Amino acid sequence: MKKSVILGAATIAGLSAGAAMAGTVDDVKARGKLNCGVTTGLVGFAAPDANGEWQGFDVSLCRAVAAAVLGDANAVEFVPTTGKTRFTALASGEIDMLARNTTWTFSRDVDLKFEFTGVNYYDGQGFMVPKALGVSSAKELDGATVCIQTGTTTELNLADFFRSNNISYEPVPIETNAEAQQQYLAGACDVYTTDASGLAATRATFEAPDEHVLLPEIISKEPLGPLVRHGDHEWGDVVRWTLNALVSAEELGVTSANIDELSAGTDNPEINRLLGTEGTLGEMLGLDADWAAKAIKAGGNYGEVFAKNIGEETPIGLARGLNAQWTEGGLLYSPPFR
Amino acid sequence: MSDQTTNPIAFVAEDTIPPSPPPARETGVVKWLRENLFSGVTNTVLTVLSLVLIYILLKNTLPWIFNGVWNANSLAECREILAGKTGACFAVLTERWPQLIYGFKYPADAYWRPNLALVLMLVALAPVLFFDLPRKMLLFTAVYPFVAFWLIWGGTILVPVVALVGFIAAGAVFQKLGNNSFAAGFFGAIVTALVIWNVGGALIPEGLSENAWLTAVPSRDLGGFMLNMMLGVTCVSLSVPLGIALALGRQSNMPLIKWVCVIFIEFIRGVPLITLLFVASVMLAYFFPPDSTVDLFLRVVIMITMFSAAYIAEVIRGGLAALPRGQYEAADSLGLDYPQAMRLIILPQALKISIPGIVNVAVGLFKDTTLVSVISMFDLVGMIRGPILASTEWNGVYWELLGFAALLFFVVCYGISQYSQWLERRLATDHH
Repeated sequence: MKKSVILGAATIAGLSAGAAMAGTVDDVKARGKLNCGVTTGLVGFAAPDANGEWQGFDVSLCRAVAAAVLGDANAVEFVPTTGKTRFTALASGEIDMLARNTTWTFSRDVDLKFEFTGVNYYDGQGFMVPKALGVSSAKELDGATVCIQTGTTTELNLADFFRSNNISYEPVPIETNAEAQQQYLAGACDVYTTDASGLAATRATFEAPDEHVLLPEIISKEPLGPLVRHGDHEWGDVVRWTLNALVSAEELGVTSANIDELSAGTDNPEINRLLGTEGTLGEMLGLDADWAAKAIKAGGNYGEVFAKNIGEETPIGLARGLNAQWTEGGLLYSPPFR
Repeated sequence: MSDQTTNPIAFVAEDTIPPSPPPARETGVVKWLRENLFSGVTNTVLTVLSLVLIYILLKNTLPWIFNGVWNANSLAECREILAGKTGACFAVLTERWPQLIYGFKYPADAYWRPNLALVLMLVALAPVLFFDLPRKMLLFTAVYPFVAFWLIWGGTILVPVVALVGFIAAGAVFQKLGNNSFAAGFFGAIVTALVIWNVGGALIPEGLSENAWLTAVPSRDLGGFMLNMMLGVTCVSLSVPLGIALALGRQSNMPLIKWVCVIFIEFIRGVPLITLLFVASVMLAYFFPPDSTVDLFLRVVIMITMFSAAYIAEVIRGGLAALPRGQYEAADSLGLDYPQAMRLIILPQALKISIPGIVNVAVGLFKDTTLVSVISMFDLVGMIRGPILASTEWNGVYWELLGFAALLFFVVCYGISQYSQWLERRLATDHH
């Protein structure tokens, strides 16, 4: 079996070696599929369902980009990556874009030579405690034992927070989120800290979620967003403006329900430009005029995607919070489509 | 005398007293209990303690198992059905069964293919494992890898056929040239195989796999316990011959061969398997142009095979070293050349000594296949840790899933171990 696999692999290698290194947009179009890096599984953000279909918040962005470029939201090859393999997968060209709740930091952007094309989820580190502890603020946690994932930025944030508030804590180092859930439920630690979205997702799986509270303090900035390789600006623009299109669509009231109607033309010139009935925005990106309309149709606008995967109606139950539109007190602010 | 007649003996036992049953404490269950469980104060205390411990264990686990819910669509539903009672949520196993076994992307209408491959594997392994079976069955064993490849990966049948032809031609060349010079035969065979594969590969029309009778399944879509089995079986069966070659090479008198083998073994043994896997999945991607990397499954198989071959080589070297010097000298004095001596005298004995060690490595290797989950391949553990635990329905189910994985691995590993013990008994030639 082994040798025949070698043969098959060598054959495939020979056939595909001819593909030249053109721009990523052209590569994706020629391939007919978008290679999108996602996590190997994170509740609400990316996971295959019982039928093997990938679902989730990050997955929706991949589908939107595929719809914008190829016109087919299912023309995506999802490449699962771990925290350790994600950046090499992107740098080596195995994937075209990475949508894997990755925090936008200076060193990742500058030193690792990637280009973050926006933020699709504003996260931050929070705390979860059992209600029975009677704590209502993280500043009351003096002397608490804290479950914390080792080797992450959350560990450093935690140390900073406790030091600046001049209170002490005892860390209980754990390796994975799954381990943390068990340790926390078994009472090995008073507090569990990680990204607020992760805390909410974790709490949703508890037998009695009401017995645990998330404290109001958010002690770090974790802007999560999609990223592409440095240097291919056309492709970076496509991903950036697809995300912006989803955000703008929500702001302008374009939903998957009314998009067909609005695509016929409206009185609002910005909607017309977004949906391609006016202007040449699609042409500038090297895409069809209705690229944004197709992206929105893939899974709805930003608000719909949020509500479907991680919103308050889902078991995860995240409030919009920072991820509301700027008009509603959040941070989502898409540059104009002009 | 008269006294004797007037006072005759009042009673004479005419038959023997029937044997009375042994005292209750010296027989049956009671005796066994006394001797084995309550033979002294210490042992009595230990027995009672153990019984209490077992009771506590069962008291907690049995209701959990017997109350288990087998039909539900999510953890929340499970908890509703249980309504506060203790009970497992085995529904995750029934609902995600195909995913646990085949991974989440293997086409559902093609599940029969890996199943058939598994059944055929048992047939193919039988003559290798049980040498009382007719030797002609080995022919099927030789063809099996190609059949299995075709079944599992699908696509055009021409690929495995070309591969098989390459092997047959290489074997023929080796037969012809190898009689005069081993090196000529060896390199001639390699060149022949490469030529046939390249020419054959180029002749296979592009796109033939797309409309093949068996839908082509890319390696990335393999997963679940099937992936563990495939990696385990392939790597063990490849690493045993490679390990033998390395062990012999390390004992060789030819410095080049000896040092190549020594360096290979020591280097591979000195590196953790997980490092090799990372190299396979991450580093190698840098050396190939995008879109034309060697298949990930193949890269992983090469790395795991190299790793276990190095260990098996050392186990076999132990077996070779354990043979008395006289065996080597006896072979020489019979006038056997090196291959004959090895094949007829040395290796049969050395391998027999090495069986426990080889099986040890094989069992360890089989369990190590779960490490591929860290390079985002969805083997059984990868499926559990990734997609299943990350689904909104099943996030939070740990004991049931990991217990199931442990059970599957235990069954296979225990089977391997039992086979090796049977094999040792079967091969025992010393008389007790």
